[in-house]
Amino acid sequence: MTNLPALETIIEITYLVATALFILALKWLSSPTTARRGVFAGELGMLLAIAGTLLHHGIVEYKWIVIALVLGTIIGVPLGEVAMTAVPQRTALSHAFGALCVTLVGTAEFYLRTPEVPRFMMGVLSLEVILGSLTFTGSLMAAGKLQEVLPQRPITYKGQNIVNLGLLGVAVVVAGILVLHPEKTQLFPLIVGIPLLFGVMMIVPIGGADMPTVISLLNSYAGLSAAAMGFVLGSKLLIIAGALDGASGLILSINMSKAMNRSFTNVLFGAFGQEQTTAAGKQEARPVRSATPEEAAAILAAANKVVIVPGYGMAVAQAQHKVRELYDALTKRGVDVKFGIHPVAGRMPGHMNVLLAEADIPYDKLLDMEDVNGDFPQTDVALVIGANDVTNPAARTDASSPIFGMPVLDVDKARTVMVIKRSMGAGFAGIENPLYYLDKTLMLFGDAKSFVGSIVRELGGGHE
Amino acid sequence: MKLDLLTSLYVFMLAAFIGFEVIRRVSPLLHTPLMSLTNALDAIAVVGAIILTGEFHAHGAMLAKILGTIAIVAATSNIVGGFLITDRMLKMFKASGPKKP
Repeated sequence: MTNLPALETIIEITYLVATALFILALKWLSSPTTARRGVFAGELGMLLAIAGTLLHHGIVEYKWIVIALVLGTIIGVPLGEVAMTAVPQRTALSHAFGALCVTLVGTAEFYLRTPEVPRFMMGVLSLEVILGSLTFTGSLMAAGKLQEVLPQRPITYKGQNIVNLGLLGVAVVVAGILVLHPEKTQLFPLIVGIPLLFGVMMIVPIGGADMPTVISLLNSYAGLSAAAMGFVLGSKLLIIAGALDGASGLILSINMSKAMNRSFTNVLFGAFGQEQTTAAGKQEARPVRSATPEEAAAILAAANKVVIVPGYGMAVAQAQHKVRELYDALTKRGVDVKFGIHPVAGRMPGHMNVLLAEADIPYDKLLDMEDVNGDFPQTDVALVIGANDVTNPAARTDASSPIFGMPVLDVDKARTVMVIKRSMGAGFAGIENPLYYLDKTLMLFGDAKSFVGSIVRELGGGHE
Repeated sequence: MKLDLLTSLYVFMLAAFIGFEVIRRVSPLLHTPLMSLTNALDAIAVVGAIILTGEFHAHGAMLAKILGTIAIVAATSNIVGGFLITDRMLKMFKASGPKKP
């Protein structure tokens, strides 16, 4: 690398600066006060890297590049402007696009280089293509389930894991043969096709509540496949960007699996959706105490400290703006209102935070599970909106519960608990929630949005 | 510019460690923007797709051009969409308190 022509050196320097900017972008994302600067750094780095690449002397034709860049922008803008409630499916879709890019480039590289592909190169290329294609279909499936164009309920059958692992095993064996004999081009379609099928099969047994884990995992796969592409192309920039993305996805996956009390290997091998049905047995009807919006409003107005616990039900009911009005009405009366957010509340990591921030609730009122759990004993009212399993005290106390050991929000330690819920139906996991039968618990039956709206009216708040 | 295997592995390892250390510090508050931002950054794969599409190929030129073009479209939409939505989300995160003008 001593006698690089000047242009090559300039290109390499743009890549170097872009790498630094990417790392800074993630560093600045650590706090909401600097986060937007992080986005700017990322954009600048990206612009530099693309500009540098376009200078590359090896490029002889620009027509298709320009057409593709324009087309990509035309598709990208609406994808950047989706509603906040659609962010989980948009994220899944972008994992699919990223993986598609990696798979296509990998495929082209194989056919351009065969039969002289060194063994290591062929190994990495196989990894790139296998991870890329399974992430592509897996993410499309996840996006489809989140957008509700595909059935959301998990579909399971006997021997599912064996079939899935078997498929993946075949792909790995074929890749092994290709590493030894890269001239066997007729085998190559198999290491694209089988993982494409595997991606579909992997997501078939996934239900909605597992989505945060699955999206994180697909994020990680997308990153690793891009890093593998960096190895194939000899691009440090791509290796680094892929490693950063892979690390990020991995950290989030580990967080999510901890928050659901699943072992990480259980998650890694796609063994989702299992072991659920155990406790689904019908319980006898036990008495619960219910309350009207007027009663709920009176109790809230008399409280000093309120913690609101939102869950996916709040997102489904689009209740976040009404919740904001409730927050305003209570704050105006001098009530201290905070939000307690479980890591797996919603359909992707951080989902609740984004929805509440969109409704203009200040982010310093949004607390993580660890930060808020110590507050519950001093809390007058814990108001649960559309969350179930993440508030289940059986996870702490009942060793026979399927979610025993899962970290939960200790809402039962508050003086009064109010739960807004459509009916007494069990949560995603089909697990009875003893919280609802406590003496201190009041059930508020109804749609989250209209119920919160009624409470706000009682409190004399509301913006209209 | 070609990298030897060992250099590539060093680069990967160091980047993975930096990634873990930097991303561990990201507050769970911002995990959704984190995912959309890393997704946009990951679309730097567009660089590889651009070279694939624009370079001269003695054989397989058609294949390279078609796959490369689609790959650029996919990656560019991630770059544009990813940065746009990340910034939109981050704009919404406001602190309470009197420091606002």
